[in-house]
Formats: sequence, C-alpha cells, structure tokens
Amino acid sequence: MSRAAADILIVGGGPAGLAAASAAARHGGLSVTILDNNPFFGGQIWRPQTGIARSARARRLFKEIDEKAVTIIRNAEVFAAEADDRLIAQTPAGRIDLKFEQLVLATGARERFLPFPGWALPNVMGAGGLQALVKCGLNVAGKRVVVAGTGPLLLAVGEYLRSKGALVAAIVEQANSASVYRFARGMLRSPAKLFQAAALRAKLIGIPYLADSWVTAAELARSPIRNGFAPDASGREGTLSVMFSRKGKPETIECDYLACGYHLVPNIELAGLLGCEVVDGHVAADEFQKTSIPNIFCAGEPTGIGGVEKALIEGEIAGLAASGHKDKASVLLPRANEARRFADSLNAAFALRDELKTLADDSTIVCRCEDVQYGKLKEFDNWRSAKLQARCGMGPCQGRVCGAAAEFLFGWKTGSVRPPIFPVRSEDL
Amino acid sequence: MQIFDAAIIGAGIVGAACAAALSREKLKVVVIDAYGPATGTTAAGMGHIVAMDDSEAQFALTNYSRKLWNALAEELPLECEYERCGTIWVATNEAEMDEARKKQDHYAAHGIEAEMLNTKALLEAEPNLAESLAGGLLVRGDSVVYQIGAAQYLLDKAVNLGAEVRIGGRAKKITKGRVELMGGEIIAAEHIINAAGAAASELSPQLKIVKRKGHLVITDRYNGFIRHQLIELGYLRSAHGRDADSVAFNVQPRKTGQILLGSSRQFGAETNEIDTAIVRRMTARAFEYMPRMKRLSVIRTWTGFRPATPDNLPYIGKIPGFEKVYAAAGHEGLGITTSLGTAELLAAEILGRRPAISPEPYSPSRNITQH
Ligand SMILES: Cc1cc2nc3c(=O)[nH]c(=O)nc-3n(C[C@H](O)[C@H](O)[C@H](O)COP(=O)(O)OP(=O)(O)OC[C@H]3O[C@@H](n4cnc5c(N)ncnc54)[C@H](O)[C@@H]3O)c2cc1C
Ligand SMILES: Cc1cc2nc3c(=O)[nH]c(=O)nc-3n(C[C@H](O)[C@H](O)[C@H](O)COP(=O)(O)OP(=O)(O)OC[C@H]3O[C@@H](n4cnc5c(N)ncnc54)[C@H](O)[C@@H]3O)c2cc1C
Repeated sequence: MSRAAADILIVGGGPAGLAAASAAARHGGLSVTILDNNPFFGGQIWRPQTGIARSARARRLFKEIDEKAVTIIRNAEVFAAEADDRLIAQTPAGRIDLKFEQLVLATGARERFLPFPGWALPNVMGAGGLQALVKCGLNVAGKRVVVAGTGPLLLAVGEYLRSKGALVAAIVEQANSASVYRFARGMLRSPAKLFQAAALRAKLIGIPYLADSWVTAAELARSPIRNGFAPDASGREGTLSVMFSRKGKPETIECDYLACGYHLVPNIELAGLLGCEVVDGHVAADEFQKTSIPNIFCAGEPTGIGGVEKALIEGEIAGLAASGHKDKASVLLPRANEARRFADSLNAAFALRDELKTLADDSTIVCRCEDVQYGKLKEFDNWRSAKLQARCGMGPCQGRVCGAAAEFLFGWKTGSVRPPIFPVRSEDL
Repeated sequence: MQIFDAAIIGAGIVGAACAAALSREKLKVVVIDAYGPATGTTAAGMGHIVAMDDSEAQFALTNYSRKLWNALAEELPLECEYERCGTIWVATNEAEMDEARKKQDHYAAHGIEAEMLNTKALLEAEPNLAESLAGGLLVRGDSVVYQIGAAQYLLDKAVNLGAEVRIGGRAKKITKGRVELMGGEIIAAEHIINAAGAAASELSPQLKIVKRKGHLVITDRYNGFIRHQLIELGYLRSAHGRDADSVAFNVQPRKTGQILLGSSRQFGAETNEIDTAIVRRMTARAFEYMPRMKRLSVIRTWTGFRPATPDNLPYIGKIPGFEKVYAAAGHEGLGITTSLGTAELLAAEILGRRPAISPEPYSPSRNITQH
C-alpha cells in the first residue's frame, strides 16, 4: 500500500477533470493530483488509444497540466473512502490511500442500455462501446453497422465509424423528429455548436438518420445473404437481422454490428458513497460546483448530462473555486449557465419514449451478470426485493447496467451505495 | 373483523418458518412485515446450516433444526441453492487439533458423524488453504442455503395453505388478541407471535435482545476455489465472547461460484455503514488461512444485525405476563439454521403437543444468567 496527499485531488481524467486540474494549478501554491482508472487520460471523448490526443483542446489542457506540475496517477480506480478526507484507489501495483483537502469529482458518465430481445447477442453492443473497440483496434472497414438508441452520441459514433471505413447503414433515433429538429435549431445559436452540427451534417451525408425509430429486436440472420447484402470475405455466419419500428411500421435491416445506446447515465456512485446530496440521479452542486459537502466539488456529467462544453466549463469553475479563486470563477458563470441550458434542451429532446418499456419479453435477460430475465423481474415491485430474491444487480457490474434499465422500465429507485464501488482485489480492500 | 388463529410479526426466516408450520397445522395465519419478506437480518446473513456446540441447549436446537433442513431440502426449489457441502473446522495448531477431537467425540455421542483431517487430508479437501495448518474436523451433514430464497419459499408454502401476508404495516403494540399497527389498524388473532428479529424487544420489552453487527464480503465467481464451509476453531470464542469487536475466519462457497467471507461481531454499532477497519481485519484473518484469497476480486460488502440475547439462546415460546403472546426471536448468528426448529417448538406449544426436544432452555421466562 502507498500513500499520497494533495491539497486538491481530482477523480476522473476526462474533460471536466482535466479542466479542473489545469484551473486548480493555474495560480500556483497548491499541490494538485488527478487520477483516472485508465492508462490514458482524456475521458470518454478524448481518450487516445495511442497516447497522443488528437483534439487541440485536449492537447492544450495536457500541456497546461504538465507545465504546472500536476501529479498524474494513471490506472487508479477509487473504490472506497475513509474518514472524510481520504479516498482509496486500486492500482496494478496495489492500493493507494489518497488524502485531500479539497476534492473534485469528475467521474463522467456511462451509456444507458435498455434490454430488447437479442441485445445480448455477440456484435450487439453500446454505441460508445463499439467506438471504443474500434479505437482499440477492431477493424470495421467494409462492415455494415447500424447505430441506434438516442442522443447526439449516435451522430458522433456514426461519423467516427464511417471515418474508419464502416458502412453505416442507418442511425436509428428513438426521439421524434420534431424534438430533434427543435434541438438542432437550438444548437445553431451557439457558435461552437453551429460548427459541430455543420461538420457532422456534412460528413453524415449519405447516412440515413431515422428519427421516430427504435430497435425492437435483433437476431442472427439465418442466411448471411439477404436483401442483396453480401457476407464478408470469410463467409462468416452471424450477421445480424435488426428489427426496428420506423414511424410506427416494422422494418428489418441487416448488419454486422448493432451499436445501441440510450444516452448516458451519470457516474454518481462515488459522490453517493461520500454522502453528497443526489437529486433525481444527479449530484447537487451550487454555481461554484460545490456539493452539499463543503470541500467536495463536482463537475461534468455527474451534475447532469451535458457533453464536453459543460464538462470543460464546470471543471474550470470547480478547479478555481477549490483552489480559492472564486473571483476568477465568477466570470465563467454565465458560460456555465449557457452550457446547462444546452444540457436541459438536450435531455428534453432525447427523453426516452414509453414504447421502449415494452421491448423486452419475458425471456429477455435484463441483468447480464446474473442472468435475470425480464419475466422474473416483473414479479417484484421494488429494486431491493428484485436484488434479494432474483439477485438482479448483484454481479460484478454492481447494477450499473441493469440498475439504470430497471429505473426506466419499472420506475424503481436503485440507490444505496456501499464500498467497494468497483470490484477490487481482496488484498487491496 | 376477521379473527386469525395466529398473527406473526416479522417475515424473516423465523417468521416465515413459523407461518409454514402453523399453516400446515391448519391454523389461519397472517404474517405482518413492515418492509417485506426476508428484508431484515435474514437478507444480510450467511446461510450456513450448522450443528453448533457452544452450549448443550444450542447444540440440541441446531442439531434438531439441521435434521429438519435436510428433510426440507427434498422439496426446496433450485433457487434456494441448498447444498450439502459440509463444514470443515480448521485447526491452526495441536491445541486446536485437541479441541477438534473433543468436538468430534461430542458430535459422535449425539449421532453426528465427523472425521478428523490431518494437514494432508485438509489440503486435499481444500487445496487453497495454507500448508501450515494443522488439520481440521469435517462435518459432512452441514449445508448451505440461499436463505432469502428459502424464507420466500416457506412463506409461499404458508400462503398456499391459506396464510395471508401483509407488507408495509409496522406493528406498534401487542395486547391480548390484538396487534395494533402504526396507522391505527388492528389485527385480531388468538395467538400472536413476535418474530421481529432484532426489533422484537421494541414490541416486547421483556425480551432482552440487542443488535450485534456483522460484516460480510462477497467475491466474484471462482468455481471450486473452496468446497466446504470453512470455519476456524476459534469461531466459538468470537461468537461466544462479549467483547466489543471480534472477527473470525468463516468462508462459504455459494452455488454461483462466489465466495462469501465472514465474519465480524460488534456490539454497540447501531448504524449499517461499512467499517473498513473491521473489513480489513476480516480479510487479513482470511489471508492467514487462505493466502491465495488475496487475489480474488471482491464485488460487494454489507452489514447485518444479529439479534443477540444475553445467553446466546433464542426466545421461543410464551412471553410471561401475556396470554397467548409468544416470542420467536433472538437467534443471534444461527437463525437461519434454528428457524425450522423454532417453528416446530412453537407449533407444539400452541397446539399443546409434545415437542421433539425440551423447549425449556429457550423459554422467554427462563432465568437468564449471562455467560
Ligand atoms: C462510451 C461513451 C462514448 C462517448 N463518446 C463521445 C464522442 O465520441 N463524442 C462526444 O462528443 N461525446 C462522447 N461521449 C460523451 C462524453 O463522455 C462527454 O461529453 C464528456 O467526455 C464528459 O466529460 P467528463 O469529464 O464529465 O466525463 P468522462 O469523459 O466520462 O470522464 C470521466 C473519467 O473518470 C473516470 N472515472 C470514473 N470513476 C472513476 C473512479 N472511481 N476512479 C477513477 N477514475 C474514474 C472515467 O473512467 C473517465 O475516464 C461519450 C460518452 C460515453 C459514455
Ligand atoms: C453477518 C451475519 C451472518 C450470519 N450467518 C448465519 C449463518 O451462516 N447461519 C445461520 O443460521 N444464521 C446466520 N446469521 C443469523 C441469521 O441471519 C439471523 O439469526 C436470522 O436471519 C434472524 O431471522 P429473524 O427472522 O429473526 O429476523 P429478521 O430477518 O430480521 O426478520 C424480522 C422481520 O421483522 C420485521 N419487523 C421488525 N419489527 C417489526 C414491526 N414492529 N412490525 C412489522 N414488522 C417488523 C422486519 O422488517 C424483518 O423483516 C447471520 C447473521 C449475520 C448478521
């Protein structure tokens, strides 16, 4: 076991955490440490697979952090807290105890998955999940991919996969076209987003974007050649048939990969463990990103899903406030408010429709760690009973996948966080 | 107003077992629980079905109950994960080997087969134990059960025989023939059974029950890593002692391949949060017996409150000073095991039948001398 101490400790090396670290170190005089559970920093959007981030903004933040001698701890996963000023992280080299004066939580978000028949088949995965696999070396050149679910992430993933040579057969978006349109129009008001949206649209030419549409089931296609679609060179079976509802009518589409994610769920387990107030699934924070606990700040997705702009500005405010420079943070508040307004319109536009609650049939597995089927879960009227009796959410993912699904499907409250918030080697506990 | 034959307060393993036994005897039963079946201590425990010889009375009740479990096993559904994996009491040195031999003699005198293992036999039975251990005592007839599933099964059984289960009502007061709920509702029954576990003395102050906190840790799936419930011979000292905090090596193989790691005992800790210092003492103790456990991945920890009495024996039977009000509570760390015996003793008392074992040691009116 080793120990470390910092005046300001930042958990999470995504945009929010990096912005917080750079801001906290900006005026000098305080020790700043940032840690992340990945070998590379950058979070979900900037995490480079090669070690070199491509985004200019990411590179600038990395440079600032480097110049200000921020301590970087890679591969460190915080799984518990002790007293009220120490976190405990697991690393490949054993446990580290991290003492802090001020803490910034920038733990980001994960994808939300909703169960439908066939969602556990091989080659069916999350939208961000497939993107991550491709970043790690999966070759999708020439592969047919359907990207489905909801949210702007689908566009980003569709565009990315296409840049890697995939044939993106369709983007299947459950939100209705009117709200997507309203959202896109709102996006145009902000210059940065105007650019983003335009760039995306340009690149997306040729990818059908189907709103009012959602995947209802997936199965292994009986024959790899259907609808004139040729199998890959190996003649491999296992090509998927994806059934979806398009403006109320059933359709089928064939593909090699189905990348399906229903927007994002904030990672609030650590905040919950520390006792920070959580409201409606988000960490409550004041305008300076301070949580209900005075020396704990929170920035980025955990305070409300809002994308990279919100993460950056909230991170910067949190870093400044935590290092005693509230005055400097004050001037940033209007931008943060704007980012949050954008987040609100984003979340409203891509709200999940009720039809998605009816996709699973009784034999659809909802909890993949413990193989708990939808039909079994229906018997219960709350999460705790489902956990105790059917073991839903009791596996190694600790309910991160099925808990979010159950909240949507059944309206259950899944709460209650206990250490370890991530599986941990028992010697490091 | 409907008058039930019996109202049982508490749908933990004990209340569920009583409901099944009384329903079988054709009593019209209602079970009341403030939160839900098996959501109290029953949800938090380990389901080790074990003959335990801390005292003659404890041995009698656990031995009797164990037989009842082995009979019930025939009908338990798969989800209850009943597994006759046996127990190995692990000895670290010769003195503990002597203790194990005494235990063996004692068990043999009561018809329980147990066999001594030397180091080699111990390691054959459990290859992941430390090679420095002296040996152990293998008791084959012990089992493990997923106690939450079993409690639900017993409750379902009662319901199929006509019992009613009322969830959400918290009992406030017991008087002759009546249970008053928090909202003011009255439930009328000839016999009233307080099976409220660690909360039983709130309703019946005559029962001296305090909470004894325990921590458990569960790992990911490692099929075959251990095969028996493994307990250190020093366990009884931990269970029996009244010291503030104690830990003992006690691990259980789950049918899922997961390993449940116990256990700790703390008096005076009334909140359910995880005490990492205690958890580390538990894991450190386990590593002494099983160094390879260090590499296993832990996925959850939790706590529960054993309903502890001053003499470590449960209260079963009529509560003095009340007519037809009974206790079935205070089972400390053995309530999963002793639930079935408890239910039979209680049924015998209510129906005026001859009990299979003497009920006196568990009578709520016994003169308790803390030992
Ligand atoms: C799978 C996925 C793919 C995405 N792809 C895109 C995309 O292509 N384009 C786009 O615009 N947006 C994308 N997003 C959205 C994007 O994540 C956010 O807009 C942005 O990255 C949010 O920044 P953040 O700093 O709040 O969180 P994140 O970027 O999520 O960073 C949080 C970091 O904290 C780490 N962490 C969390 N808990 C702990 C802990 N206990 N101990 C140690 N480390 C911890 C996480 O692993 C992560 O590295 C994606 C999101 C997801 C979930
Ligand atoms: C860590 C740990 C490990 C254990 N391991 C084992 C083991 O391996 N083997 C073994 O045999 N035993 C074990 N035990 C002990 C066993 O779990 C308990 O003895 C047993 O669960 C007690 O059951 P119960 O039904 O009396 O109590 P509970 O399960 O607590 O049930 C009482 C019920 O009463 C309800 N209730 C309480 N007050 C009211 C009220 N006023 N109105 C309405 N409802 C009320 C509660 O909601 C609760 O559901 C262990 C315990 C712990 C904590």
